[in-house]
Amino acid sequence: MDYSLVVAIELLRAVAGLVLIATGLAIIFGMMRVINIAHGEFMMLGGYTVVLTTKLGVNIWVAILVLAPLAVGLFGIIVERCIIQHLYGRIIDSLLATWGLSLFLIGFVTVVFGNTLEGVSTPFGGFAIGQYKIAIYSLFLILAAAAFIASVFFALKYTKSGLIARATMQNPDMVESLGVNSKIVYMTTFGIGAAFSGLAGGLLAPISGVVPGMGVNFIGQAFITVVTGGAAVVAGTLSASSVLGSISQAVTFAAGPVYGDATLLFVALILLRLLPRGITGRIFTRSI
Amino acid sequence: MTAAEDRPLLSTKELTMRFGGVVAVDQVNFSLKSGELRCLIGPNGAGKSTFFKCLTGQLKPSAGSVLFADQELSGKTTHDIVRKGIGIKTQVPNLFDGLPARENIALSARQNNSQRRAEEITDEMLELISIAALARRDVGSLAHGERQLVELAMVLAGQPRLVLLDEPAAGMTGEERGRLATVLRDLAGRMSLIVVEHDMQFIREIATEITVFHRGRVFIEGDVAEIMTHSEVQEIYLGKEANGAA
Amino acid sequence: MLSKVSKDWAGAGFVTTIGLAILIFVPILFDLFEVLQMTQYVVLSLFALSLAYIWGYGGILSFGQAGFFGLGGYTYAVAAINMGQTTVPFLMAIGLCALFAAALGYFMFYGRLNDVYLGVVTLVVTLILWKLINHTAGPEYSIGEARLGGFNGIPSIPIMTLPWQPDMEMEPGQMFQYFMAILIGVYVLLHVLIKSKFGRVAISIRENEVRTGLLGYDVRLYKLGIFTIGGAIGGAAGAMWATYQTFIDPNSFSLEVSAKCLIWVMAGGVGTLFGPIVGVIGLQYLSLKLGETDLINNLIILGTILMFLVLLLPKGIFPSFQDLMQWLWRRVGGSGGERTP
Repeated sequence: MDYSLVVAIELLRAVAGLVLIATGLAIIFGMMRVINIAHGEFMMLGGYTVVLTTKLGVNIWVAILVLAPLAVGLFGIIVERCIIQHLYGRIIDSLLATWGLSLFLIGFVTVVFGNTLEGVSTPFGGFAIGQYKIAIYSLFLILAAAAFIASVFFALKYTKSGLIARATMQNPDMVESLGVNSKIVYMTTFGIGAAFSGLAGGLLAPISGVVPGMGVNFIGQAFITVVTGGAAVVAGTLSASSVLGSISQAVTFAAGPVYGDATLLFVALILLRLLPRGITGRIFTRSI
Repeated sequence: MTAAEDRPLLSTKELTMRFGGVVAVDQVNFSLKSGELRCLIGPNGAGKSTFFKCLTGQLKPSAGSVLFADQELSGKTTHDIVRKGIGIKTQVPNLFDGLPARENIALSARQNNSQRRAEEITDEMLELISIAALARRDVGSLAHGERQLVELAMVLAGQPRLVLLDEPAAGMTGEERGRLATVLRDLAGRMSLIVVEHDMQFIREIATEITVFHRGRVFIEGDVAEIMTHSEVQEIYLGKEANGAA
Repeated sequence: MLSKVSKDWAGAGFVTTIGLAILIFVPILFDLFEVLQMTQYVVLSLFALSLAYIWGYGGILSFGQAGFFGLGGYTYAVAAINMGQTTVPFLMAIGLCALFAAALGYFMFYGRLNDVYLGVVTLVVTLILWKLINHTAGPEYSIGEARLGGFNGIPSIPIMTLPWQPDMEMEPGQMFQYFMAILIGVYVLLHVLIKSKFGRVAISIRENEVRTGLLGYDVRLYKLGIFTIGGAIGGAAGAMWATYQTFIDPNSFSLEVSAKCLIWVMAGGVGTLFGPIVGVIGLQYLSLKLGETDLINNLIILGTILMFLVLLLPKGIFPSFQDLMQWLWRRVGGSGGERTP
């Protein structure tokens, strides 16, 4: 009984992890059809923000929940203005340019901060379920992931800005003639996507440690989750994370993390083969 | 006209295409004799294009069958269908923009001919459609009507028995349309043709037999004169029906 | 524009002649270190050609060419260590990569994967290979006498011998010439292929896939063929790399290697075969020089170049250079510049 509870929590945590990693990219890909390979580095920047500011004495919660998304969000807006805005509609080119940005950022951070692993201690502590220990932070991450999804869903479906954003993505010319500046919408959307990435990086910093190259791991998982999920931001991320996260975590339990990682990739491959437009290309097609 | 061709060249039996809850093509029975030129007309949303795509293999029918010279076509891939002797001109022009017109046509001829023969056929096509002047120009730089003509040449270069044309006259100048009409009229008899069109003027120039689609079904078939003056046909175009068609 | 490039027999002949000259004269004119350096360029150029072909002449953008590179290298290493000779292992590396490409290609193209999704699959597969090989460190992971070595890689890989001299390992000068001959041979073969019916159809697929199918060509089959050829060439380059370094490690499967390949081809110009070779030489030389000065991190340079290329020279350096030459020609010559409409 205890063991099943622990397993359930770990499965949820794996799913939550994918949700956190993928949401920022999903917003940008789902809304703008831009593939931001530098997404992993946005997360890395979020992590570094947390590490640096906590070293300077800032409260860890402020660092994670406020400073990380703020810093990376602003950076995202700069990137959008300088690079991304020239590449709309050019899906392969945006991929290559953001790849260049990714390499640049890794190199830059390595030069400035060096290659050693930085750390932040995990807040909270653990608690016991029977003979097993669970980190409270795991539960916190599950809540955070739920908050991610809920806030994006709510914003897109029920707020005026969300509606404007969705309309702009569908038909920018139409929206312009209604008095909306589509450039600002794009800029803001990218910035928000970046902010989510930074926030995810900050949240995961205590667990994963912070190195210049940490983004590389994340981009693989994020990319796969987003593409497997399909075009719908919320439904796609949620469905893909659930399927991929739970299956790979289950395999990790049975056979270790190497096979777990490999399984995630395999399952994604099979899903893409069966559903070439992602999950929400075939199921839940009209959802957000 | 070949005698004793009572068996249709192309026929569909209870052909149906459903998208979710919408029935776009509803149990259509259609047949075309060898050497015929048939026009498919109907208001927007009537199902003509969907029907067309079921014939070309771009859509897999939900039910029913398509028979071409006694062979089942439904479910086959487009390139298989083309290889059986069906030429396809899509609604949106599909050409190789970066290549000259000549190359475009040659590629089509090359599919089942040697290089030398393909060149000969290309020359024939350029003559037939009077576009020899365009041969060396990159297709991407041509006007819309010229592109349509090149695409027609491509399709014919494949030496098909049946030609399916989706709005071939769209975007053409009066002169180009005239050229097209002449070509199509001349081809009828040697080949069979199905033409989906909106342009009534053009249809009058080429057609003898017309099939009218409405709400996914064949509404009526007949010759040009009958159909053009048919009051109900005019109604479905003007949407006067009690059930409020689109 | 594309037709001009593909009709360029004169250009290909010119390049081949230069290549032959290089083959003959370099070992005579340059010292050992420089010859070794240039051998590296030759192998990487072959690797770049594999992507240049499938992308420029088939429209297939693979983010995982490193997969074939690594697979070729490892296959050669394992086979050479076990067999005691090198000619068969070289062929095995090429053959295995071709098979793998065919299988993967079947999976992708017959599943109607396109564009981005195709890129993702190639990326994912290479990631899987990288992860799996990375974890083969223990002694239990061996094939015959060759330990896979995990993240340590496989050391002491036998150096290739010329096929007709199976007992004599090649010296650096010979290796350079042998590899150069292979590069020239592949370059010429690809040109012949491009001009053939297969090649023309491949280009038409890149131009308009739908129309190609509408003409009766089985697009999936053609893409499969193109991708398999690219895989075989990539595998050959990998085997050559393994023998050049006498060492191979999981890094050859890495994202960075795939990225570099993409950058070389982009820099040189997608749609030409010669351009990417220029890209390899240019960028590798640049990294070498900057690496010596230790001034700026390699990644910063790569990243900046990639962004620069995409934003300012999306066609690549070589085609842009060609365009520039044409423009100058027209301004200077004035006559005969326009084609009759």
